[in-house]
Amino acid sequence: MSMILFWVAVLAISILLYVLLDGFDLGVGMLFGMTGDKERRSAMLSAVSPVWDGNETWLIVVGVVLWGAFPPVYATLLSAFYLPLMFMLAGLILRGVAFEFRARAEASRWVWDIAFAGGSFVATFVQGMTVGALVEGLPVANGQYAGGDFGWASPFAVLCGVGLCFGYALLGACWLVKKCEGDVRDEAYRLIPRLAIGLLAFLIVVFVYALIENLRVMDRWLERPVLLIFPVIGVIAIAVLAHSVRNRRDGLPFTMVALTFAAAFGTLAISFWPYMIPFSVTIDEAAAPHASLAFMFWGEGLFVFPLMLIYAAVSYAVFRGKVRPTEHY
Amino acid sequence: MDALALLLSRLQFAFTISFHIIFPSFTIGLAAWLTVLEALYLKTGRPAYRLVFEFWLKIFGVAFGMGVVSGVVMGFQFGTNWSAFAGKVGPIQGVLLSYETFTAFFLEASFFGILLFGRSRVPPWFYLFSTAMVALGTTLSAFWIMVNNSWMQVPVGYATVNGQYVPDDWATIIFSPVVWVRFPHMLLASYLTGASCVAGTGAWYLLRGEYHAEARIMLRMGLFLAAVLVPAQLFFGHLVGDYVHDKQPVKFAAIEGRWHDEQPASEVLIALPDEAAQTNHYAISVPILGSLIGSMSFTSKEVGLSDFPVQDRPPVAIPFFAFRVMVGCGLAMLFLAWYGSYLSVKERIGEKRWMLWAIFLGFPLPWIAILTGWFTAEVGRQPWAVYGVLRTAQALTPFLTAREAAISLVMFCAVYAFIFGFGIYYIYRLLRAGPAGGLIEPPVGAVPNRPMSVVHHHVTPTVPAGE
Repeated sequence: MSMILFWVAVLAISILLYVLLDGFDLGVGMLFGMTGDKERRSAMLSAVSPVWDGNETWLIVVGVVLWGAFPPVYATLLSAFYLPLMFMLAGLILRGVAFEFRARAEASRWVWDIAFAGGSFVATFVQGMTVGALVEGLPVANGQYAGGDFGWASPFAVLCGVGLCFGYALLGACWLVKKCEGDVRDEAYRLIPRLAIGLLAFLIVVFVYALIENLRVMDRWLERPVLLIFPVIGVIAIAVLAHSVRNRRDGLPFTMVALTFAAAFGTLAISFWPYMIPFSVTIDEAAAPHASLAFMFWGEGLFVFPLMLIYAAVSYAVFRGKVRPTEHY
Repeated sequence: MDALALLLSRLQFAFTISFHIIFPSFTIGLAAWLTVLEALYLKTGRPAYRLVFEFWLKIFGVAFGMGVVSGVVMGFQFGTNWSAFAGKVGPIQGVLLSYETFTAFFLEASFFGILLFGRSRVPPWFYLFSTAMVALGTTLSAFWIMVNNSWMQVPVGYATVNGQYVPDDWATIIFSPVVWVRFPHMLLASYLTGASCVAGTGAWYLLRGEYHAEARIMLRMGLFLAAVLVPAQLFFGHLVGDYVHDKQPVKFAAIEGRWHDEQPASEVLIALPDEAAQTNHYAISVPILGSLIGSMSFTSKEVGLSDFPVQDRPPVAIPFFAFRVMVGCGLAMLFLAWYGSYLSVKERIGEKRWMLWAIFLGFPLPWIAILTGWFTAEVGRQPWAVYGVLRTAQALTPFLTAREAAISLVMFCAVYAFIFGFGIYYIYRLLRAGPAGGLIEPPVGAVPNRPMSVVHHHVTPTVPAGE
């Protein structure tokens, strides 16, 4: 049992790290598409280019931990979201190479600009939609997905896709405030309230929708009032965010939005508990046998995972501080 | 289960993994070669070694990036297209793949950064150590993949519990003798890929009359290395053949194009296998050689395909021809490596332009051998995903539709063609620019997790780089 909990924890940490880290650089990618200014674009790129690849690696970590430690979940979710995931992969590939090829291209630079912004948008939208479909509950029969090619598609899932675009863009704008100066920072400061209001409006709509549809996650919130701590943390974080934006405290907004995301993640995770695929497969049902989990634990879990966390921290420490607006990538 | 979805999924897997293997097979060899170059530079202090190192480091960066990007797809595909497989083998294969991600990624990401921009920040011995650690990372990656694939070829150390294959004995899985002949076979193939590209580039420069000193280092080191490695590779290839003979007799029969039992068995050198008639046309065979190759005996009985029910046989044509192409590439490499080394030692290789052309044009031989070798191993394993345990048809996502599979296959073809075109053009430009561009300055924008950034030189230093 303790092995199962350990791998649930590793999985949760990896997902949260992925959402926060790749979240901001996907967000910057979307904001990149909204400006045509060359100077701004290169400043935005240099704010994420040192770290985006490492951020994305957490997605692979999530994938392999799921497969090794919770095989039925890996098998069910990935096959259920077949088409969206394929488009997400295409988006991530195009966006990844755009970083590198853009600097080389001359006449065709616009191709990579589109690939960068478009890929970021597609990947974000798919991730939000996936979470939405999970909250609503995937059609599962006899331990197997039974929804067909488009079983994940619903107005609610699409709404969540749009919502996450607002969320990641907000993270991205806060990252730009943290890392940039001048024009880019000012523009990001102007965007933060709009994106935050957009995100808030989305959250309200989701809540109302969940009430009307009487989604099962709602029961969880009523059953476990302790869950309210997460929304409370979220509200406090949003308040501090508003304050820090007014006072131009460059470092704070990102931390606050990250905290909001962490609170939202905590709310979702505990709403689903003990289910991994809500509400059909529990953690215990999904876990691989002890021999698998223990083998993972005594090597990669105990030794390599902490090193990976330290390494990520060191990377960010190395690239701390502002990038200069003159910095061209 | 949709038969068309199955076919399209198999095509998609074959396409995406063939595309992917091109890059790691190159970078595994290149990382080892960079380590050797750096050690030589430290030992001798010759600037030419350093120039060659810096030059190949740039190419390494681009190829590494392409490998990373195409590798992400592989990690997802087992779940999307092969969910029945993923659910059943996850406790073994998912665990092995997670070890690959954790160990290899960690080493590569940590030390690749030092490789790219840490030369001025760390002592020379540590720089050499970092190079070796990157090489170790790529090697570990290959190791876990080979453990994984070898388990699919000859599943060992498992028990079946509730329809899932669960690990019974990890030591048996990891130290399976099959792993320890196939892993060196793959590793040698990767080293040969590196050697062949390096020698080919050297030959190209000599043909164009450029970068004489660097070109000679590339040519000689590439050829000498290949001269030693090709025979070793042929030996390990033979050992791989032995395991196939013992553990996968039906695959062995398909490779040999042997339809019926023979005693003593002849060896079909070349033929046109006819699956409908269960015979070979236009066959050129050598008597007794089949027994010799199969069992090291002049009299042994060798089994034919007809011993196995039709539904348990692999398709014959692909393993049969792929195997012969692989061996042909190996023999061609043996000739190039030995004759080239001989000419090189005699200082006469510059006079034999046809030989330089052959070495230059022969650079893709190891890649062709790797791809055809994998076709032999994987198609020959059919109709099984896990040999003798789980059929490929049962491995497919049960509800996958042909429409979904067709959309994703077309998408991958388009995206990969697009980025492959640009990537190759990019590497070509680097090769063409040559090593004479002087030592590259530490590319400050280059970071551990962004391998491809090494090729940009025009970055203004603004961030405190280095670790």
